[in-house]
Amino acid sequence: MAGADVIPDPMEITLVIAKIGLVLLVILTLAAYLVFAERRILAWIQDRKGPNRVGPFGLLQPLADLIKLLTKEDFCPPAGDRWLFFLAPAMAAIPAIMTFAIVPFGAPVRIFGRDLPMQVADLHVGLLLFMALSSIAVYGVALGGWASNSKYALLGSLRGLAQLISYELSMGLSLVPTVMLARSFRLSDIVAAQEGGWFILYQPMAFAIFLVSILAECKRIPFDLPEAEGELVAGFHTEYSGMRFGLFFVGEYINILVLGGLAATFFLGGWQGPLLPGLLWFWGKVLAFAFLFIWIRGTLPRLRYDQLMHLGWKVLTPMALVNILATAWWLYLAGSSPL
Amino acid sequence: MRVIDDMTAILTGLWTTWKHILRRPVTIQYPEEKRIPSPRYRARIILTRDPDGGERCVACYLCSAACPVDCISMQAEEGEGGRRRAAWFRINFSRCIFCGFCAEACPTMAIQMTPDYEICRRDVMDLVFEKEDLLVEHCGKDPEYNFYRHAGIGVTQPRGEGEGEKPTVDVRGLMP
Ligand code: SF4
Ligand code: SF4
Repeated sequence: MAGADVIPDPMEITLVIAKIGLVLLVILTLAAYLVFAERRILAWIQDRKGPNRVGPFGLLQPLADLIKLLTKEDFCPPAGDRWLFFLAPAMAAIPAIMTFAIVPFGAPVRIFGRDLPMQVADLHVGLLLFMALSSIAVYGVALGGWASNSKYALLGSLRGLAQLISYELSMGLSLVPTVMLARSFRLSDIVAAQEGGWFILYQPMAFAIFLVSILAECKRIPFDLPEAEGELVAGFHTEYSGMRFGLFFVGEYINILVLGGLAATFFLGGWQGPLLPGLLWFWGKVLAFAFLFIWIRGTLPRLRYDQLMHLGWKVLTPMALVNILATAWWLYLAGSSPL
Repeated sequence: MRVIDDMTAILTGLWTTWKHILRRPVTIQYPEEKRIPSPRYRARIILTRDPDGGERCVACYLCSAACPVDCISMQAEEGEGGRRRAAWFRINFSRCIFCGFCAEACPTMAIQMTPDYEICRRDVMDLVFEKEDLLVEHCGKDPEYNFYRHAGIGVTQPRGEGEGEKPTVDVRGLMP
């Protein structure tokens, strides 16, 4: 943040805008290529080759997909709610992109004689903002399904809501110990607190809960119940076509990147790591999480709905609560310096 | 412990998929790589000729009757020397399901299946093959067989002169 200055100087504003532009560019490109990577890796898992026709190794496939999506008919079901139907995809994708504003993605650099944090906005309550935005994102799913006026879409969005309620809780609770250890909601402080050792070493349980919760959060197998193509056609986005479907789709992949980045920030030391520059460490961790998500998708079947509820309410949430109590007790015994 | 069992199951699954990531894909890159189908493969249908070069098909309509999707149609006529043949013969490959029933039904080995499966066409009407498109200049899978050596009595050879045929009995004579 600019500090005590009331009027930030133009240089500051330019740098922030440049950062936002860069982050948007990187995230969107990466998300597009994540779709491609997912298709290739899933193909390898299934002993296939995957898309390899467009350009060398199929690297231009995302472009071809984009052209296809943009030129398709943008259809709204006649009985649907036009406004909500058209707004919902943006409501799903925008919070995902916005969350990235608080993620520190590299060590601060000195540029034009000033320290530039590699983070769009270093909020005091960054963690809370993340929780808030991730709750907003589900409105896109819920309203998209509602506005479609179709049984499948409605069932999908209902499932999305119920899933959110059961997972947001364990996700939030699993982050409490990291806040207790770092003594701050600010993400740059959380990263700084992990200089001596990543939080995954102190909080393996919280990390496991967070990992399961973010899998559910970005609605991926084994928690892809809102989509569940085997049961609900395509779930909440059954009625969507063209670029609006593309927004839902790319939103999911942006979500993977953002949640992977947050998991890295909260538990794997963010951009910190030996030898290599911080930027490489951070993006390496994000891509490792993305790979893990794809790998899991290629392996596990979808949970049944009651199993998901059972896991969320009866396993993860109590475990997270016990973990908080254990951490608090440990901190109390260790005194003022926990690490 | 159930949790341990579940975790082992998940990790075993992940290990299995990991091994498959490293395995060579089984994909065959179709237009560049082609696998050669077995000679008995059932694809494009041909009308073959007998070893003497005559048309085998006698327009008996058996293939047409056997066809479950009714995609064979023809018109019989009498050709030179009293041999029956098809005036026109048409197979609609857009309907054919390549079941091979027609080839099984044919008494003259005329209609046969070949392994040539690349018969896509841009225009569906191009999939209607006429006799000129179907008729080939060889004997197909059974190069020896000539229907008229065994049957076709009185058309290509006098009675009782065909292969494996006994001489005709004089029904008006007294002796057997
Ligand atoms: S292969 Fe089957 S479907 Fe095709 S023409 Fe022969 S009998 Fe008809
Ligand atoms: S192809 Fe064979 S079955 Fe069909 S009409 Fe000709 S002789 Fe008869």
